[in-house]
Order: sequence, then C-alpha cells, then structure tokens
Amino acid sequence: MKRKLTSLLMGAALAVVPVVSATLASAEGEKYVLVSHAPDSDSWWNTIKNGIALAGEQMGVEVEYRNPPTGDLADMARIIEQAAAAGPNGIITTLADFDVLQGPIKAAVDSGIDVIIMNTGTPEQAREVGALMYVGQPEYDAGLAAGMRAKDDGVTSFLCVNHAIQQPTVGERCRGFADGLGVDLGDSMLDSGTDPAEIKNKVLAYLSANPETDGILTLGPVSADPTIAALEENGMAGDLYFGTFDLGDEIVKGIKAGVIQWGIDQQPFLQAYLPVVILTNYHRYGVLPGNNINSGPGFVTADGLEMVEKFAGEYR
Amino acid sequence: MSETPTVAVTDDERVKEMSAFRKALIRPELGGICGTIIVFTLFLLFAHDSGMFNSQGIMNWSVVSAQFMIIAVGACLLMIAGEFDLSVGSMIGFAGMMIAIFSVTLGWPVWMAILVTFALCIAIGALNGYIVVRTGLPSFIVTLALLFILRGFTIYLPQTIERKTIIGGVADAAQGDWLAALFGGKVLTGLFSWLGEAGLIETFERGTRAGQPVVDGIPMLIVWALGLVVFGHVLLTRTRFGNWIYASGGDAQAARYVGVPVNRVKILMFMFTAFCATVFATCQVMEFGSAGADRGLLKEFEAIIAVVIGGALLTGGYGSVIGAALGALIFGVVQQGLFFAGVESSLFRVFLGIILLFAVVLNTYIRRMITGER
Repeated sequence: MKRKLTSLLMGAALAVVPVVSATLASAEGEKYVLVSHAPDSDSWWNTIKNGIALAGEQMGVEVEYRNPPTGDLADMARIIEQAAAAGPNGIITTLADFDVLQGPIKAAVDSGIDVIIMNTGTPEQAREVGALMYVGQPEYDAGLAAGMRAKDDGVTSFLCVNHAIQQPTVGERCRGFADGLGVDLGDSMLDSGTDPAEIKNKVLAYLSANPETDGILTLGPVSADPTIAALEENGMAGDLYFGTFDLGDEIVKGIKAGVIQWGIDQQPFLQAYLPVVILTNYHRYGVLPGNNINSGPGFVTADGLEMVEKFAGEYR
Repeated sequence: MSETPTVAVTDDERVKEMSAFRKALIRPELGGICGTIIVFTLFLLFAHDSGMFNSQGIMNWSVVSAQFMIIAVGACLLMIAGEFDLSVGSMIGFAGMMIAIFSVTLGWPVWMAILVTFALCIAIGALNGYIVVRTGLPSFIVTLALLFILRGFTIYLPQTIERKTIIGGVADAAQGDWLAALFGGKVLTGLFSWLGEAGLIETFERGTRAGQPVVDGIPMLIVWALGLVVFGHVLLTRTRFGNWIYASGGDAQAARYVGVPVNRVKILMFMFTAFCATVFATCQVMEFGSAGADRGLLKEFEAIIAVVIGGALLTGGYGSVIGAALGALIFGVVQQGLFFAGVESSLFRVFLGIILLFAVVLNTYIRRMITGER
C-alpha cells in the first residue's frame, strides 16, 4: 500500500511539473488572454484557439485561451476576474450575458487592462463596458439576412435546432431568421441539448410530428452534424431547405453533397486573430482602427468551397 | 506513522487512553489539512508572481472557494447522515430563476421574492427527504430525478414567460432592498478603502472608479460561507443533534433502536442542503443581477468532491464540516490557481480527477492506519 501511494505521489508530481514550467518559460512579449463562454464540448472554438495561437506566434506575444468547462456564465465572470488579477496587457472576451459579465469587464478596464469584445455581444454593449472595439457578427442581423435569403428561395416554415438554449444571443439567430422569413417563431425553436444522439432523435421526432416543415436552420456544427444524419436517415436530405450557422467538416461535406444550401461563416478565425493583432499594435505603436469590425456574415455555398474545405475546422 | 496499532486487550475501549499525537491524527479533516498545505505550497512555488497572491487574486480564489464551501457544508452534513443530494446544481439554477421571475416578471419586492424562494426550495428539499425516507429508495435515484425535473423547469419557465433563458434586471429591482443586501452586499468596505488610500492594496487606474481600491470589501458570499461552516461544525460536534446525524448515517437501524428519530434527521438534512443551495443561488443572482437556465451545472458533483476531499465517507457516518470546508478551499484554489499558473484550461478536469483520486486514496490510507481496519 505504502509503495503504491508513493508511486502515485511521484506520478502526480511529475505530471504537474512539466506543464507548469513549460507555460511559464514562454515568450517575453505582451500577454493577452482570450475568455470564451463555450463549454469544453464545443468543437467550434478550436478555430479560435488556432487563431490566437497563430496571431501570438506571428506577433511574438503570449496568448492564452480560457473558458468555463460547463459553459456556466457565472463561472466565466470569475475567469475574467482571475484574468484581470493576473495582470495581462489585454483581455479579449465574449459578452455572452451583459448582466453577468459587465461588472468584471468594467473592473478589468478600470484597472488599466484593454479589452476587446469578440464573437458574442453587440457594438453598443462593447462601448458601454468600456471595450476598445467589437469584432464579430451581429447575431440578429445575420439571422435576418439568412431568413430573407430563405424567403426568396421559397421557404414558408422552419425548424430551428438550438443546441445552446441557455445563451440568449444564439437564440437571436432564430428570432432574426423568423423575422426575415416573415413568420412567427412560435414553437419552431427546438431545445436540442448537446448530445448528438439526442439531437438527431429530437429532429426526427419534430419532422415526423410537423411534416409540413420545409426549412431547417441549425446554429452550429453541434446541432448541424446530427441533423444531417437525421435527414439522411428519414430520406429528407436534399429535399428540405437546410441552412446552418458556422462551418465544420460535416457541414462542408453537406454543402458539397447538396444536403445543405448554405453555411453562414462568421469567420471565427478573424475574431480571434484580429483582436490580438490590433491590441499588439495598439500597445506597441498606439494605432487603433476607428470602428468595430464585422467578421461576418458570409454565405458559403457549393461554389468556391475548395479553400473552405481545406481549412474547415482548423482556420475556417 | 508506520507503527501498526495494537488492539487494546485491557478494559473498555471507549475509555482507552490515546496519545495526543494519535488524537490529532484520527481527525477526519487530517487529509484536508495536508492537502491544503500541499496545494498552497505548490502554487506559491509555481504561481507566486502571477497575481494569484495580490489582493484581487486572493479575492478571486476566495470567492470561488466560498461558493464551493456553501454547498459543501450542506452536502457534508447530508452525507454524514447517510444520504446524497444530486439535485443541488439544478436547485441552484431553479432558485435563482424563481427569484428573478418573482422579482422582475411578477414585480414583487425582492425581499419577498427571496423569502418565498427559500420556502419553496426548502419544501422541495423536504420532499426529496420524504420520498427517500418513505420509499426506502436510494437517495441517489430520487435526487437524480429532481435534478432533471428542476433543470427542466428552470429552462421551461423563463422560455414560456419571457421567451428567453436569462432573466436580467434583478440588480435594479434589488436596489436598496434590505434582504438583498444580506446576500449581494459587501462588508468592511471602509477598511478596504482605507487600505487603498494607504497604498496597501492596488487602486483602479482609470474610469469612474479611479482611485478606489480594486477590492472594495468582503462579499457577503464569503460571510455566509464562514457562517455556515461554523454553524455546521458546532451543530455536528457540540450538540445532541450532531450525534444523531452521525448515528443516522452510521447505522440507521441501530440508531432507531436507541431512540434517534432517523427519518426526521434525514429529512431535516435534505432541507438544510436545499437551504445551502438557495443561499448560493441568491448570492449569485444578487451579485450578477440576472438568473440563467445554465447556472449551477454540475455543482452537485463539485459539492460531493469537496466533501470527499475533506475526508467524509460516501457510506455515511464519518466526516467533518471543517474537512469539507478545506476540501472546498483546495478545490477553489486549484481551479483558479491552474489559470494563474498558466496551465492549459482543458487540463483542469485531469487535475481535478487526479486530486480527487489522490485525496480519497490518502484519506482511506490514513483512516485504515489509524483504526486498524482492513
């Protein structure tokens, strides 16, 4: 027993030491922390991680990615407070819930840390918390544009597969889509959860209960991938009008195969990459763009998929 | 440490003489004390210059630890009484949402919203306990059901009433409310502004709060945590009811034979756990000003982990509130400390698992060594 315990101790100590020392021994440059609201399970944020890593490498600055493991926004507020206490040169963060996050963000700004809001939030909210700028895709507007496009293509009713029901900003996409389509959102927003098998079965159940549905909107790879599987299973693939937010391997394949009409690319790479570049140049030379930056929406269709396909899930 | 305990062959073992050293060792919180020392030593070595031990940093991990402490005290007493509550996390989300719905949507005064929510949640806790005691089903299953039921309502109610899953505006409603200040306020603000003026802690450099200290008081959350720890500790070690809790968890049937009202003890402990979860939720809602359907996810396991790190037995009848509080402190310090130390955040769960495993093995080992059980 004692020997086992000792070896366990040694093992734990050895496991801790290299990781800690490796991260402390990195570059001398400015230090930036990106805080997101995404739970560990959301693969979409991999692009963000790659984006800041590349920007950090190119600019010669130190970058870190932080997120609440379960996606609990109250935990995210603590992470922002923690990041501020660690005293980086800048914090890049999403503004997933204004009420929860405004306090910590304002405190960070007031303690002399420059903040850029990325991805979630609005330009108005970014200004209100004292951030330098907002880089992202205004959610409602993107949904509205998508809804108008679908209306032009003859869609009359739709199902919105929402895998992040607890994040109001993501739901704005559904609301925008409904308004663009000119229909009432009603019960067409489905709280799908994040488990692929559950999402697939919920979509199947909804479509058999509501056979008149002629359009589907998914809000990211988490809900899109199982929805593709569901449509392939019930034979509606290619028959339903299917649009999705964001890109990923399966979505790109779907667009190519004609299952998905379009994917809205908000170009997350830019949301991660640009703030690091902007903050670095601001801190080094004092230059700052005069306006917010819209990283999207961009509609990705079957035309010109080659570049997207090559980097899907990595930089796209 | 390595001597094997010899079984006393002399007289009654209840009045056996014990050395002071062994008496110190036999405490259930010993593992927690060792763990706390190890954790602080490690982070002082690896993260001392990262801001973790400046005023903001200390406040950061203290608040997180205090959050864990609040739910760990309830979970600890319940676990000693021989039961589990897996609905704690959902209860946190549910209680927060109820306060928001009562105060913002229905426009009740905040103090009333808080009191009604407390009554409602403690009643749900009592229901948990009643079902467990009446049916004899494992509390694991009963409270798992409540985990889903409460989470479902927490998403459904705001979706239906407000068409969104986060209800904000509680902060405005709570402005000047006497009871809200008891959960969301801060104490010793005068001391901290004096410290800021004296240059002992950092102050804001710019903005509307320029010149004010970065840490402007002790949040009520921490006061609640310490208060609950003291209450739980005194209850458990200094009162007859505390002995009943141990007895109910140790051997319920034997406890019944000697006249302990086991069912009442268990139901009361379920109610206390619900109370702790509601305190957590109320502090959170008052601090952040909004309630969200995702609040409190997985918190039930975090509470149980803190309690187990603190040396309690999953089978009941053994444990200590101080140990659970230390477990919560270890948990909070490690969670936030890994961020300060710059460890890749996806590794957090790996460390959590290692610490849990390590703590349980260490605790079991120490206990076996002391009691001589095999």
